[in-house]
Amino acid sequence: MFRWIGNVLGTFWRVFRSPSGYFSLGFLTVGGFIGGVLFWGGFNTAMEATNTEQFCISCHEMEANVYQEILPTIHYTNRSGVRAVCSDCHVPHNWTDKIARKMQASKEVWGHIFGVIDTREKFLDHRLEMASREWRRFEANDSLECRNCHDEQYMDFTRQSPRAAAAHQRGLVEGDATCITCHKGIAHELPDMAGVHGWE
Amino acid sequence: MRLFSVTVLSCIAAFSLLAAFSLLALHSFAAEGELDALRANVPLLEEPTPEPLYRVEDRSLRPVREYPMQPPTIPHRIDNYQVDLNANRCMACHARTRVGETQAIMVSVTHYQDREGNYLGDLSPRRYFCTQCHVPQTDAPSRVGNTFVDMSDLIRGSRQRSE
Repeated sequence: MFRWIGNVLGTFWRVFRSPSGYFSLGFLTVGGFIGGVLFWGGFNTAMEATNTEQFCISCHEMEANVYQEILPTIHYTNRSGVRAVCSDCHVPHNWTDKIARKMQASKEVWGHIFGVIDTREKFLDHRLEMASREWRRFEANDSLECRNCHDEQYMDFTRQSPRAAAAHQRGLVEGDATCITCHKGIAHELPDMAGVHGWE
Repeated sequence: MRLFSVTVLSCIAAFSLLAAFSLLALHSFAAEGELDALRANVPLLEEPTPEPLYRVEDRSLRPVREYPMQPPTIPHRIDNYQVDLNANRCMACHARTRVGETQAIMVSVTHYQDREGNYLGDLSPRRYFCTQCHVPQTDAPSRVGNTFVDMSDLIRGSRQRSE
């Protein structure tokens, strides 16, 4: 078995190392360039396809639970019609961070295949664990996904309600709070919050 | 004996039916020209134009209580606030342990008492659902008249009369 694998690898390495006897240098460079463009375009298109809401709610775990919960919230429906889809908050927009998040998401495919949260009851049992993971991520990256749209640099506190302006001034500008410190459960329902800081 | 009880029962049934019908008739009679909160006096077969949604008061200024025991109204919006078995969004700011960080007003100590008046370490379960007593206000015009007089105005008036 190992000898067979070694033979295959050895053959491949010999072909890979030896100079081309049939193809011109021009064909190889232009072909390599076109191949690269096709590969990169395909890769990115496929990755963008996994960033759409349609893709996310094609799994019933997402469609029946979290998607139903976002429908009445301000991130789905509001006066100006701007809305956030799943990936706007749950996938970093930066390329390297996005790839890292997509790799982590392969574990979610495992969870889907083995039905870790395939009923409402199982979903609720796992909700605190999953929510805590997202809260940790937002705490760690200073609520990066919130700040893709909401930036306190451009917040006009005079246009906010006095309560919101005071809280933002105190927590965000003077204090060391980040968005998720206070704004938990704004797009989905909260799990049992006993023991979560700020909610006990 | 059996026949008698059947007669009595049917009499009772007839009377209660009659009473129900007369109540219904009275009700429909009273509905004309009166306030009809559900359909705004629009006939059943017509489609009423819904009223606009009025703006909710959101200035966070402490409102005056109309009488000392009145649960204070909520001077801010509470859209999508989750108050259920899992979480209580109101208490995330108004709880005793939270007001230092949030500078919200602590709920009164009565919320930490059970019905015997014993003080509890945490919110009393019977006071858990805030909107049972506390509600936000809108700038909607009032649908019915109101002759409420603040009791301190009453006292002032009676003092002036006695003088």
